[in-house]
Amino acid sequence: MADLTTNFAGGIRCPNPFWLASGPPANCGEQVLRAFDAGWGGAVWKTLGDPIVNVSSRYSSVDWNRQRMMGLNNIELITDRPLDVNLREISEVKKRFPKHAVIASLMVESKREAWHQIVRQAEDAGSDGLELNFGCPHGMSERGMGSAVGQVPEYAELITSWVKEVARTPVLVKLTPNISDIRMVARAAKRGGADGLSAINTINSITGIDLDTLTPRPDVGGKSSHGGYCGPAVKPIALHMVQQIAGDEQSRLPISGIGGISGWQDAAEFILLGAGTVQVCTAAMHYGFRIVEDMIDGLSNWMNAKGFRAIDDFCGVSLPRVVEWKNLDLNYKIIARIHPEKCIGCELCYTACWDGAHQCIHLDRATAGNVHGRRTPAQVEAESARRIASTPIAKLDGANGDGGPYATPLARIPRVDEDECVGCNLCALVCPVDGCITMDRVDTGRPFESWEQRSAALAKGGQC
Amino acid sequence: MIAASDEIGRRFAEIHPAFDPQAALVEANRCLYCFDAPCTAACPTHIDVPRFIKKIATANLRGSAVTILESNILGSSCSRVCPVDVLCEGACVLHRYNKQPIEIGRLQRHAMDYFYRSGRRLPFTPAPDRAAKVACIGAGPASLACAVELRKRGYGVTIFESRPLAGGLNTYGVAEYKLRPADSLREVELVKSLGVEFRFGVNVGGDVSLDDLERDYAAIFIAIGLGPPTPMKLPGEELEGVVDALRFIADYKTAQTIPVGRKVAVIGGGNTAIDAANAARRLGAGEVYMIYRRSEREMPAFLFEYEHSKLEGVQFRLQTQPVAIRSAASDARRVGALECVRMELGEPDRSGRRKPEPAPGSNFTIECDMVIPATGQSRFLDFLSKCRGVEVKDGCVVTDPATGRTANSRYYAAGDCVNGGREVVDAVAEGKRAGLGIVSWLCGAGW
Repeated sequence: MADLTTNFAGGIRCPNPFWLASGPPANCGEQVLRAFDAGWGGAVWKTLGDPIVNVSSRYSSVDWNRQRMMGLNNIELITDRPLDVNLREISEVKKRFPKHAVIASLMVESKREAWHQIVRQAEDAGSDGLELNFGCPHGMSERGMGSAVGQVPEYAELITSWVKEVARTPVLVKLTPNISDIRMVARAAKRGGADGLSAINTINSITGIDLDTLTPRPDVGGKSSHGGYCGPAVKPIALHMVQQIAGDEQSRLPISGIGGISGWQDAAEFILLGAGTVQVCTAAMHYGFRIVEDMIDGLSNWMNAKGFRAIDDFCGVSLPRVVEWKNLDLNYKIIARIHPEKCIGCELCYTACWDGAHQCIHLDRATAGNVHGRRTPAQVEAESARRIASTPIAKLDGANGDGGPYATPLARIPRVDEDECVGCNLCALVCPVDGCITMDRVDTGRPFESWEQRSAALAKGGQC
Repeated sequence: MIAASDEIGRRFAEIHPAFDPQAALVEANRCLYCFDAPCTAACPTHIDVPRFIKKIATANLRGSAVTILESNILGSSCSRVCPVDVLCEGACVLHRYNKQPIEIGRLQRHAMDYFYRSGRRLPFTPAPDRAAKVACIGAGPASLACAVELRKRGYGVTIFESRPLAGGLNTYGVAEYKLRPADSLREVELVKSLGVEFRFGVNVGGDVSLDDLERDYAAIFIAIGLGPPTPMKLPGEELEGVVDALRFIADYKTAQTIPVGRKVAVIGGGNTAIDAANAARRLGAGEVYMIYRRSEREMPAFLFEYEHSKLEGVQFRLQTQPVAIRSAASDARRVGALECVRMELGEPDRSGRRKPEPAPGSNFTIECDMVIPATGQSRFLDFLSKCRGVEVKDGCVVTDPATGRTANSRYYAAGDCVNGGREVVDAVAEGKRAGLGIVSWLCGAGW
């Protein structure tokens, strides 16, 4: 059976790698208690610091085809609760759940004493670890905190080192993605003595504008401000940044992966690229703490199926498979194959290939693959427009039409010109039917050759 | 007995009610946005279905409605009366995906309801007036569609109609739970707003001669539909309580007082028979029988109509042929029973369906106080014979399908009188093609 227990960054122990990220779901003790009851392995407390005043409203989101909150944006600041209340609740939670991880997220002004003080307070309250919030991109950064620190490697290194002067528990530095190369700050944190990295924080964003009022969202009395973007939409960006730091020798530290994790598959992907734990916020805000049940269950089942007994068994396993483009095999070839028995005839692959790819999918099965008469999309549409259709009426048409549904007509099943297909994947990506278009390996008979090798050979005057 | 239109409204609550806006958005977002979509190909008017659905999804309801109207000026009534199961929705690729086709008809209605609710602004205006005028005979869907194409290009149009209202079967003949006369008439108003002249209560061939029309109009468009019901040649057909299906439907729809029987026998197996039988149920008949001489396999009604009718409580008496209508014992002038004979199905006949043969000695009677024949309509052969040079075959006007042109180059035709009785959407498609055919001919002739 899969064992999900985790020992992260040199001493943060938890029953599973699923943590609530620092944010609204981990705002108070009552929430964290319920979250642990629901199964979460840890929680990063909503950032402690000098209490602030928030505005209303605070969130806005991006929907996609009626799916809500594909991306979530917030302009909420750190905790607005008194520090002593938060600290007391951290202690209570630790008493009730000694085996679960409580990490205190911290953000104070950039003074050594201020950092020393809050680190001691958080640890005295019983925190298992600290997460330095160098990432919050809105509001706090205007006051010289959050991403204002995380965007300057020297500041990040300095403050990390201040914290390490007094910290007794592991120190994680939470990185902002709002920077050209996240490795610069990751390296600085490591130089400062950090025990781990949390990546990523939210991404600067304006989610949209109300087209009636013309005010960007979220609307605060007719004005808005850029916020921090998170949710499923940011997962690919977060995955890339986790890979960047996990694959960088000078940054290499345990990583707590964050960014759009909504289910066990997302979590597995972050872990495969080197994350030791994962943090979740938007999905818990959307559906509640209960979502962790399937995260644990799904991940365990997948690990069992794959033969992974522990998180460490697959942590970082996919990292070596991310290389620079110049090291990819130029002689690897795949082509699209449409499986006619699964095709429903939507022709989305056809229009995608013509308009968005390489014009190598054709609607010519019914005309015996007439390669000289390939019709353009406009010709296809014009032919349909000219066709006269009428309602099938049994009495007039003889047959008693049952109205279908019929099998996909041959003329509607596209055909891939395998000589022209470049193997770009687009048709398979747009096809709504699972397994209808597969990308199949074609043996080119040529050995591995990367661009680096080829350009080196060219430089020597060799033949390509 | 029922009077008053609100009572009709109550009894004929809509069978496919409008989407609420939220539901429409959810449904619109299910559409895959097929390329060269089969739903569009299946629609006789070739409405660009994915395009109008996409516009619903982007909250561009005006654009959605305009997309529909550009192909089909009767987009509103078609959204309600079309047999979508055998047209757009029947062609939807989602049948092969998750077995749940997009509810195209209801989405179309959603867009069209918005159009009429928001001020009915057409996306086009007539071109400057031209000298030539066209006479359209009959004010049904075919003429309305034809008239729009002509008016868009500046040609004058006069529609001659023998009845007091336009819209044809949309106004007089569609089951009330699908389309109400008011909804048909607002489309007529839309067509009228383009400057189409309507002359009601005029019989062409009687009040106005074809010679007059030939003199005053550059082209003549025949869209007269089908004729009066075919007589069944049954003894007792003249009894009180025998009411033809189309008259029965037209009467209740125009909210005249309808005496409906306690026990009603509808004769026929087509969609009109089903409409009449369902209406009889909804108007209060306790027992409604549909008498059809073949089996359900041969029944000409759409399968979904047959299934619906069973839910309405109509009882089907299949392989049953009426032989006589008997008078009531209490009143010799009134219907009292239908005498029938059982039918057995033999070898396939000319239509490919198994031929029904009476079983000897199987006569029986069905007690009823109303008989509604729905066994088809005759053709206006007399009138058509007066249209010089217009070729008629099997009672239908022969036209070039692409242009609606008849054998006489000044005469065009569309709708039921050409196709033998199809759907509203077919009449619209043919009327539109004929309108364009006339335009092209008029242009060629220098008009």
